Amino acid sequence: MIVLAAVAIPTALVTLLIGMALVLTGLWVGENVSLLPQDASSNAPVYDSLFQVLFSIGTILFVGIVGLLVFSLIRFRRRPGESLDGAAIEGNLPLEILWTAIPAVVVLFVGIYSYDIYERMGGMASLNHHDLGPQSELAHRHGGHGDAMVMASISASDSGGDTTPAGPSSDPGSRPRVWGGIGVPDQAVEAEAVSVDLTAMQFAFIFHYPDTNIISGELHVPAGRTVELHMEARDVIHAFWVPQFRLKQDVIPGQPTVLSFTATRPGSYPIVCAELCGPYHGGMRSTVVVHEPDAYEAWLRQNTPTASPTVANSGTTPTA
Amino acid sequence: MTSLAPGNSDTETRDVVSTAAVAHAGHDHGGEHADARLFGLATFLVADGMTFAGFFAAYLTFRAVNPLPPGSNYELELVLPAINTMLLLVSSYTFHRAGRGLLRGDGPACRLWLLLTAALGAAFLAGQMVEYFHLPFGLTDNLFASTFYALTGFHGLHVTLGVICILIVWWQCRSGGRVAASTPFGLEAAELYWHFVDGIWVILFGILYLL
Amino acid sequence: MTLASPTDFQPQGEPPASSPGGLQPDGWLRYLSFSLDHKVIGLQYLVCGFFFYFLGGALAGVIRTELASPISDFVSRETYNEVLTLHGTVMIFLWIVPVVNGAFGNYLIPFYVGARDMAFPRLNAVAFWLIPPAGLLLITSYFVQGGAAQSGWTAYPPLSITTPALGQVLWILSVLLLGGSSIFGGINFIATILKLRRPGLKMMQLPMYCWAMLGTSILVVLSTPVLAGTLILLSFDIIAHTGFFNPALGGNVVVYQHLFWFYSHPAVYIMVLPAFGLVSEILPIHARKPLFGYTTMVYSIMGIVVLGLVVWAHHMFTSGTPPWMRLFFTIATSFIAVPTGIKFFNWLATLWGGKIALNSAMLFACAFIVNFVFGGITGVALAQVPFDIHVHDTYFVVAHFHYIVYGGTVFVIFSSVYHWYPKFTGRMLNEHLGRFHFLLTFIGFNLCFAPQHWLGLNGMPRRVAEYDPSFATWNQVSSVGALLMAISSLPFLINILVSAYRGEIAGDNPWRALTPEWLTTSPPPVENWIGEAPLVTHPYGYGSAQDQIDLGAATGRDLWGGPGL
Ligand code: HEA
Ligand code: HEA
Ligand code: CUA
Ligand SMILES: [Cu+2]
Repeated sequence: MIVLAAVAIPTALVTLLIGMALVLTGLWVGENVSLLPQDASSNAPVYDSLFQVLFSIGTILFVGIVGLLVFSLIRFRRRPGESLDGAAIEGNLPLEILWTAIPAVVVLFVGIYSYDIYERMGGMASLNHHDLGPQSELAHRHGGHGDAMVMASISASDSGGDTTPAGPSSDPGSRPRVWGGIGVPDQAVEAEAVSVDLTAMQFAFIFHYPDTNIISGELHVPAGRTVELHMEARDVIHAFWVPQFRLKQDVIPGQPTVLSFTATRPGSYPIVCAELCGPYHGGMRSTVVVHEPDAYEAWLRQNTPTASPTVANSGTTPTA
Repeated sequence: MTSLAPGNSDTETRDVVSTAAVAHAGHDHGGEHADARLFGLATFLVADGMTFAGFFAAYLTFRAVNPLPPGSNYELELVLPAINTMLLLVSSYTFHRAGRGLLRGDGPACRLWLLLTAALGAAFLAGQMVEYFHLPFGLTDNLFASTFYALTGFHGLHVTLGVICILIVWWQCRSGGRVAASTPFGLEAAELYWHFVDGIWVILFGILYLL
Repeated sequence: MTLASPTDFQPQGEPPASSPGGLQPDGWLRYLSFSLDHKVIGLQYLVCGFFFYFLGGALAGVIRTELASPISDFVSRETYNEVLTLHGTVMIFLWIVPVVNGAFGNYLIPFYVGARDMAFPRLNAVAFWLIPPAGLLLITSYFVQGGAAQSGWTAYPPLSITTPALGQVLWILSVLLLGGSSIFGGINFIATILKLRRPGLKMMQLPMYCWAMLGTSILVVLSTPVLAGTLILLSFDIIAHTGFFNPALGGNVVVYQHLFWFYSHPAVYIMVLPAFGLVSEILPIHARKPLFGYTTMVYSIMGIVVLGLVVWAHHMFTSGTPPWMRLFFTIATSFIAVPTGIKFFNWLATLWGGKIALNSAMLFACAFIVNFVFGGITGVALAQVPFDIHVHDTYFVVAHFHYIVYGGTVFVIFSSVYHWYPKFTGRMLNEHLGRFHFLLTFIGFNLCFAPQHWLGLNGMPRRVAEYDPSFATWNQVSSVGALLMAISSLPFLINILVSAYRGEIAGDNPWRALTPEWLTTSPPPVENWIGEAPLVTHPYGYGSAQDQIDLGAATGRDLWGGPGL
């Protein structure tokens, strides 16, 4: 760019060519270099396209800047015997404006794009039952099932008293506030969402299927159906992370949290605790098994405790 | 760097000697060091104020997000704290009078006003103690109780320190003492600090008792 | 080698440093005393900081040895957590912050403003002498019952409430002392820069490091007290069983996170802004060109200060923060790239067309640019909520911040040592050893931290003593890199120690620099200048200034010294 300002047309042409090569390299790298694990949720491809864009922009900026730097160091190095100074240029306003504007535009673009991605991942939807904003429609949407209530009572009995936090405007006895993870499902899908309770404790994840009363150390979900995880922590902060789903959510004691996702690719993936929770934090792992839909039903049938009281609750859950 | 405080150590004395030459060269370098001390104190008070700001923010968030257990509430007895607030506000005024007295060269008046200020501060602390003993909750009873004691306690610590400073300044204001009309730094510093502690109380009173 | 003799540090002809009737010890003993001389305090900070750097490095050695294999075999899991907590705390609070602020700030700022000392010399000495006891406290906490703190340098409750209490409380005390030291230092810098400037010296004529320190000190004064208050509340939770941050007692842990990051995000700029300032001093001198875009550099520092105060929640994207908050903090955080970018482009423009000396100082400074741009770009990626949700609390984050704190700030510290060593001691460092040190460090550093990006993206969480065996290879590469970094400190140490006695005599101004610290003897006399302080209105007047001052011939003493002037 300084070349542009300083010398004549041929240099400008060279700069242009270099710039184009740079952009193409960046795009190629973003497109072809894969650093991420396999994608296994509906979330993941969206995430990966954001990663691609960030990777391309990052490559262009980094390679460009380092190229410029290395070029300067070689081209303008002081040769033996030289004792003169460089040219006394103290600044250049157009240039300053240029390199204020370019990053600003880039950053703005990245911000808007990632906002869009976030929106598509369902991150902007509020899960708070008592949100003060115009979220009544959402609140209604989530008021549809009683799981939050169930969890609230669990947590209340756990910690011996009224520790469940409530929304700012809550009177005693109103519904508990639920903290949002990302990934609120569409209303249409939600009706048949698989609902699972997750209790995180030192140092294990316990999954509970309220419809069938299955209690399991592994998470089993069907591919292609939305899963709603209702998460609670017993002791300290943990985090639920499935790298192949590109999803992570802290599980904070005293804050019932909902996280939903749709698995797409059958297989087994690690569940990792991603928040320091004590000495065995590194060992606090589990597995999520994504089944084909019928395999999932089979798993449910096999594992449902025989004395299950909750049988005919839901149309989607087959009864034994 | 003509330091106003007597009892300089070697280095500071050297500072005075060597910069005197510079000051003689036509610039008033001398006044600046005294200013820097008050300026430094003011900067420190900004920092101190940020500690309070952190506490206030925590308190307000707790209040907005975490409900109290049933049977407890945010209601507090108002009479005594209101009197206490008045005491502190008046004490700011008396301190101001003390400062004016010093600058006028009226040492005895200055010292009288200082004593009065210290007495008001002590009365405030006593009032605070009385309040503590009559509160229906203890430190660990609930979140509000804990925050209440943390905030008022931290402020009370500041008042205690302030009263001690006032007494020290009172001692230094005796004739021939370290603080005089020509060297008012000690008194100015204590006064700045005292007004700050007052200001914090007003905010504290507002969000803790009135809100 | 001969024993250290105090006169080694005094050039010939220099009047002895003893003050008239002073109680202060002379010579090297000064460095172990409650000295009020800003230069002595600066070097005290520097040496003390390097001591803790090697301690923190040894702790990192333990971490990397443990992680060389996927199972927990080298130290117990509890010890691992203690080690990583101590590593983070030592490196941040006892190494980076004291060195880039305390050491270089104290040494350089009075020169730059044309003063003979800091505004409050005694407060300054107190600020330094808070550090060794705090460090000692932290070290002893390892040996007390229950061991040192195990909850990471972030000390999130409720974990920090449930881990062994004594170690955690000692940790809090130590950090409180260090925070106090930092606040006292910050007040001193602000007062010195604003109030102690030599008459006739305008703000916009100050060397850039002054602006960096002004901005940093503003951040210190505004944010460190919040950390102090938070830690006091946390200690109440531990000792007095209050429930501020204890959900079992109705408290709220997220409030702790907000308050903690309100300090600790600005803290990252406290760690890097002074480094920016130092680079701005070093590059023009060795490229023989004026610093490009002085005015915009100043504005960008202030821009970073303001933005730095309002981005803290980007560390909490997975903590259940409300959506609007995530959105706001994403945008605000991303925008920090703009003022930071201005600085980098200005440095590139400073180099462009210069006469660049490729010495150790320059190499480290340029490697800083490379590493920091890399770490900054991953930082901007982390600022995007959806991206961060996957990589939060993984090795990707570890890689991001080591690229910045090590590749950025530590590289700048090395660069600065090569640059100012002649000023400190009057002797030059060995260039060959210096470049060798650079090469080893640069390779080792990238080997150590580059693979961690991949590890994080593919599922390795941070703060774990054991991990999935499929990550073993890259962890081993990383450990080898760490070993190289440890080895690379050997040539550096040898260079520093030997050159103090055998190094080539530097002369007063070996770099032919124009900033005021070079316009006096090396090392400088007790009151910085014999005679009046120089008025330097163009600290970067390279190039055109040549016909006015014959830099080739002049030493600082010729130019400014001498009572006759
Ligand atoms: C000196 C220390 C330092 C510095 C300067 C920075 C700088 C930045 N950091 Fe970093 N950060 C840390 C130290 C630091 N960080 C630490 C220690 C942690 C972990 C804490 C813990 O959890 O233990 C962390 C964690 C961290 C997180 C949280 C990650 C997580 O836990 O999930 C985020 C998220 O936004 C982040 C972002 C940024 C950004 C955007 C910058 C920006 O300031 C970077 C700006 C710079 C550039 C972008 C490069 C130069 C610019 C250009 C060349 C212009 C063109 C560029 C573009 C248009 C993109 N950092
Ligand atoms: C701020 C500065 C800073 C610096 C300079 C460093 C330097 C290094 N860090 Fe550190 N690091 C942090 C700040 C820093 N770190 C922080 C804040 C954390 C987070 C803590 C937390 O999660 O709470 C962290 C965490 C952290 C982790 C993650 C631990 C985990 O999450 O489980 C790792 C792992 O590789 C690591 C490695 C290293 C290495 C190899 C170095 C190397 O660069 C060090 C190289 C230097 C040397 C090796 C010195 C030479 C020493 C000698 C010559 C003495 C003898 C040496 C040996 C016996 C080996 N660091
Ligand atoms: Cu649970 Cu880490
Ligand atoms: Cu941050």
